[in-house]
Amino acid sequence: MLKISTAPHMQTNQDTKSLMRDVVIALLPAALVGVLFFGINALLVILTSVAACAGFEYLFNRYCFHKENTVTDFSAIVTGLLLAYNLPSSIPLWMVLVGAFMAVVVGKLCYGGLGKNIFNPALVGRVFLFISFPVQMTSWPKPEFLKFLDMDAQTGATTLGILKHIDGQTSATYINAKLPSYFDMFIGNIGGCIGEVSALALLLGLAYMLWRRVITWHIPFYYIGTVFAITGLMWLITGDVRYDPLTHILSGGLMLGAIFMATDYTTSPMSKKGQILFAVCCGILTVIIRLYSAYPEGVSFAILIMNAFVPLIDKYMQPRVYGQRR
Amino acid sequence: MTKIKTFPLGGIHPNKYKITTDSPITFAGLPETVYIPVKQHIGAPAKILVKPGDKVKVGTLLADADGIVSADVHSSVSGEVLKVEAIEGEFGYVEDMITIKVEGNEFEPSIDRSLDIDREIPYTDEEIIAKIREAGIVGMGGAGYPTPVKTSIPEGKKVDTLILNGIECEPFLTADDRLMVEKGEQIVIGAKILNKILGIQNAIIAIDENKPKAIEVLSKITKTYVGVNVQVCATKYPQGGEKQLITAITGREVPSGKLPADAGCLVQNVGTVFAIYEAVMKNKPLFERVVTVSGDACSHPANYLVRIGTPASYLLEKAGGITPQTAQVVFGGPMMGTSAFNINAPITKITSGLLLLSDKISAKHHEEDCIRCGKCAEACPMGLQPFLIGRLMRANQIDEVKNCHVLDCIECGCCAYICPAHIPLLDYCKLAKIELKKKK
Repeated sequence: MLKISTAPHMQTNQDTKSLMRDVVIALLPAALVGVLFFGINALLVILTSVAACAGFEYLFNRYCFHKENTVTDFSAIVTGLLLAYNLPSSIPLWMVLVGAFMAVVVGKLCYGGLGKNIFNPALVGRVFLFISFPVQMTSWPKPEFLKFLDMDAQTGATTLGILKHIDGQTSATYINAKLPSYFDMFIGNIGGCIGEVSALALLLGLAYMLWRRVITWHIPFYYIGTVFAITGLMWLITGDVRYDPLTHILSGGLMLGAIFMATDYTTSPMSKKGQILFAVCCGILTVIIRLYSAYPEGVSFAILIMNAFVPLIDKYMQPRVYGQRR
Repeated sequence: MTKIKTFPLGGIHPNKYKITTDSPITFAGLPETVYIPVKQHIGAPAKILVKPGDKVKVGTLLADADGIVSADVHSSVSGEVLKVEAIEGEFGYVEDMITIKVEGNEFEPSIDRSLDIDREIPYTDEEIIAKIREAGIVGMGGAGYPTPVKTSIPEGKKVDTLILNGIECEPFLTADDRLMVEKGEQIVIGAKILNKILGIQNAIIAIDENKPKAIEVLSKITKTYVGVNVQVCATKYPQGGEKQLITAITGREVPSGKLPADAGCLVQNVGTVFAIYEAVMKNKPLFERVVTVSGDACSHPANYLVRIGTPASYLLEKAGGITPQTAQVVFGGPMMGTSAFNINAPITKITSGLLLLSDKISAKHHEEDCIRCGKCAEACPMGLQPFLIGRLMRANQIDEVKNCHVLDCIECGCCAYICPAHIPLLDYCKLAKIELKKKK
């Protein structure tokens, strides 16, 4: 018996599941670094978040939305990992559950599931927690390499938090003593959220995703590049350490946001032109929030704000059609 | 060697599966019966000149071109006309076909059967075009547009570049590849013939990187010919698309809805150019062509020289028959070819391949929701947004689709190939084109 079907008679073997699985693989180095520096607490937060996201997706699809099970497409796992990466390791686990609920149920399933949500689900969860529990969300355990069971780690400040408290009167020696070295920032030996500290681990993930053709370089490059360019320019003009471009790209959530969250398929523009505009605007907003708002960090807000503009960007930034008059 | 060229927008890299690159072209032999359709081209069907009982030879005119956009059809065997009636073709539609019982291989005396290569062109431009017309040549790359019409450049337009399409970017197919390796010089002379009627000295043979042998052979031959050169192109699908090739070679774009001549180019498939050589220098009508019989479910893949009208089943039998793992038979390439409705359907002037595909390659996967990855838009060589066309067609918003330039779609299938959610985007694009044409 022979089949009849329409062309093409060949398809790529990359599907939704394999793409999401590749994102999970790309996220693993950051998890490893997080656990190495923040110990068993970090591991618990990650596991709770992933289990909760997958669990909520399964339960709500089955009993509330009456849809087929979509946990197997790995997208809930990605959301779970990203949410955990955006939390400090000392956060109470019940708060992680609240965040996971907001992320998966409110941020994703209520919109209609994967592909239909407007805002990045992990960021919806994180920002909800950030606004609801500001104290727990901004106490940062100090990184302590390979002290897995040290549950009462001291808290310290994030690099961006230190920058925020510098003003004209702060002495240079004080600043130098407080700020971590570039090397520490690069490998992740700094205070911060579980998954955001190590630029190295995140860049490894980026390289993997580029190699597997999961994403293209445009959004990470333009996002990080914009932050680097603006702060670099201000740093060149003023010489102020608060504008140091390397500190800005190596600390805070920029790498995590630019590589893994601004590139989320569903909540980023479709065309390359649109993606570049989206990434540049994310960069500008990030710098503005970091330097001029009450918050030391602005990546989550910047991406969420730009998520809201995606339909507009998609409408006006369409690709150039071949053979149309330029 | 000069720079490797390619087109800038989109494209994909499917597996090549060029299994038959090194198998020489062999004559497929004569089947018992041939079925010759009177419409193997774009345009009006040819007018039938024969009736049952007539004796014909190889090269006898069976049907005469009806109007300008049409093509002559010749007998590919010698024997007796059995029937002239409508029979189900490869697409499952009934078409007028001339059935000939094969009795031998006697050629019309006007055909020069010697294997010598004739290098001097003693004919005027008008004589050449008349010969191409009388030979019933059509675009053999798959479009089937009558060649005399294509080579007659409209008043007021100037063609400065002749491009010979030796790309063959469809996976599995190697018919053009082998033709370039084995009949390179004839193709170059064919290019000279076209250069002459265009009044130019600028023919470029475009070959993609994964045909090193063809590149080597033709680079060597073209050294002794003025005005014919080889250009290597990147291996990327659809590099062999007419518009993509023009942009790759010249950097120009064919304006939407216009002809290649509007970009100063004429593109001809190398198979067509070989047929032009044979028609002009050897008086040989188009009654045979090279067909790649291949596929992952094919036990004896090969390149055959096949008489037009040979039933596909005859060729499949030669290549080891339909194996148990065969899921479908495809006329043409796996990207743009058609699933065979009827494996007894004949090989026509535009059949470049016959593929036996297993489910491993050709199975359609379960369709999922669009995740807005944008890979279809990234892959589209025309810069369209297939996800949008699909979404609008599902919502039946035909008026909105008009703004998506869907009529520019070349139906290459990159979008449907790349979609991780397995949405049949190409089907939506084709549907949109049909609906829009209906509305006009």
